[in-house]
Amino acid sequence: MSASAFPPPVPPGPQVRAVTDEFHGDLLEISMGPHHPSTHGVFRMQATLDGETVVKLKPVFGYLHRNHEKLGENTSYLGSMPYTDRLDYFCAMTNNWAYALSAEKLAGQAVPERAEYLRVILAELTRLLNHTCLAGFLLQDTGASGTPLMYAFREREKILDLFESLSGSRMMCNFQRFGGCRTDAPADWLARAGQLVDGYGAFLDEFEALITGNEILLARTQGVGRLSAALAVSAGVTGPMLRATGVAYDLRKVDGYGIYPRFDFRVPLGDHGDTYDRYMIRVLEMRESIKILHAALREIPAGPVMDPKAKLRGFRPKPGEAYGRIEGPKGEIGFYLISDGGANPYRYRVRPPSLVNLTILEDLCLGHTLADTVVILGSIDIVLGEVDR
Amino acid sequence: METAEQLRDRLQAQFPAAEIAVVPNPGPAAQHSLLLGAAHARAVALFLRDDPALALDYCSNVTGVDWLQAGYLEAVYHLFSMARPQGGPVVIRLRTGNRTDQVTLPSLTPVWRSCEFQEREAFDLFGIRFADHPDLRRILMWDEFVDHPMRKDYVEPDDYEWEPTAHHEVLAKARPPAPAPPSGPPEGTPP
Repeated sequence: MSASAFPPPVPPGPQVRAVTDEFHGDLLEISMGPHHPSTHGVFRMQATLDGETVVKLKPVFGYLHRNHEKLGENTSYLGSMPYTDRLDYFCAMTNNWAYALSAEKLAGQAVPERAEYLRVILAELTRLLNHTCLAGFLLQDTGASGTPLMYAFREREKILDLFESLSGSRMMCNFQRFGGCRTDAPADWLARAGQLVDGYGAFLDEFEALITGNEILLARTQGVGRLSAALAVSAGVTGPMLRATGVAYDLRKVDGYGIYPRFDFRVPLGDHGDTYDRYMIRVLEMRESIKILHAALREIPAGPVMDPKAKLRGFRPKPGEAYGRIEGPKGEIGFYLISDGGANPYRYRVRPPSLVNLTILEDLCLGHTLADTVVILGSIDIVLGEVDR
Repeated sequence: METAEQLRDRLQAQFPAAEIAVVPNPGPAAQHSLLLGAAHARAVALFLRDDPALALDYCSNVTGVDWLQAGYLEAVYHLFSMARPQGGPVVIRLRTGNRTDQVTLPSLTPVWRSCEFQEREAFDLFGIRFADHPDLRRILMWDEFVDHPMRKDYVEPDDYEWEPTAHHEVLAKARPPAPAPPSGPPEGTPP
């Protein structure tokens, strides 16, 4: 952006201002957030409007910053595990898994078979939970106040009940360990999970009948916030947002971490990269997750969930570094760990999918109305606990 | 996927003047990295992105590392390929001259847009300045903040506002210091 670009550079000063361009009339700068219901947390969009059209938009965040990485460097490896729950508090199970996977790479630690199955089951349940809630929130952002979100939260409640009975906590699960899982899932838990998964397809049918063909949703989302595949790749956008542009990049297929190569599932791809595609990709992904869950619950073997050689409290990896990543519901969640041989990581870095996906927020919003930015932001799917860390 | 040594040799053949070294990773992950000299870093990065055999079009993770003992800061980039998804990551590192006044590195945001926010974060938390970054401002800390909190020698400022509550030790701390004993001759003594 050169200095001569339109609009002219913004002088510091009050939030609402008149701009000097006589031909285009007054521009209006408004600050949406940090306490705005549509920003999904303490997030601010500093938007400059020409009439109703956005001509500039800068995201501002950091309101929830607590220097998670510094805390991680000042505590033991295991001490950070409960804290990863607080990154993306919708997806504690996948955060745990990403961190455990990185630490296992760092230390060369193996994971028993049953734990791998449990991890897949929990990660796919998390994906169901996240995508269902996202669809509900997206409808909320378009103005469908309450109803879709209520049904989404009804289903979320069932999954959270499962998490609670397994880990003791609904959202802050703290369940994965380096070399396995904290506790084993009893047979009746697996049966209950199976019941939930059996019923989930019917719920999705009902949910889709309510919203997918809805005329207001189509009008508000189709062609809104179009993202090109080239920009998405360059900007490091991952997860359903990337696949909505048609790029087939799913770490479950690409890296094949855990035991994902054993499962037969497809990677849904979008065509237009607009908000509607981003919604549809998530619905289709949920249907694939149900397939994976059916297979995993059927095939899960008996056995230990913790590697007998695994060390928890005395976890001291040899000097070295590792970057591990998994396909979280929001995109690639990665952890970069450097060990100097001590009990604490020398460097503990979280690669947050929400933050990197936000890079292109301005590109998506330019030329749209302010009301559309709310829908676009909703379809990016951010959680501020992870953006700000 | 090429090993780090093969990649180094190929890059060195392409850029004879560039400083390129392999930094081995002794751990089980064996993710070795390439240390690039700052002068040619952007040209090498462009080559890594556009080379058809590598096609490292996706820069996943950008972060800083503070090596306090060695006395320099590092920017670490984890690269993958979406066009040819296989293996990885290719890790490249850039080093600053020291930790105080030579902390400028070339920004790779023109090569990979995903560096934009992450380099801002490395600037904010580590104090690495990225030359030619389009919008190098603080991102997580507030604009008026002066230090870089992820540095290993960062000391928290002792300027927190606090208000005494009715606990003995707090009240004791809040009490103004006792007046100094009078110096000089006691009252009433004739001069």
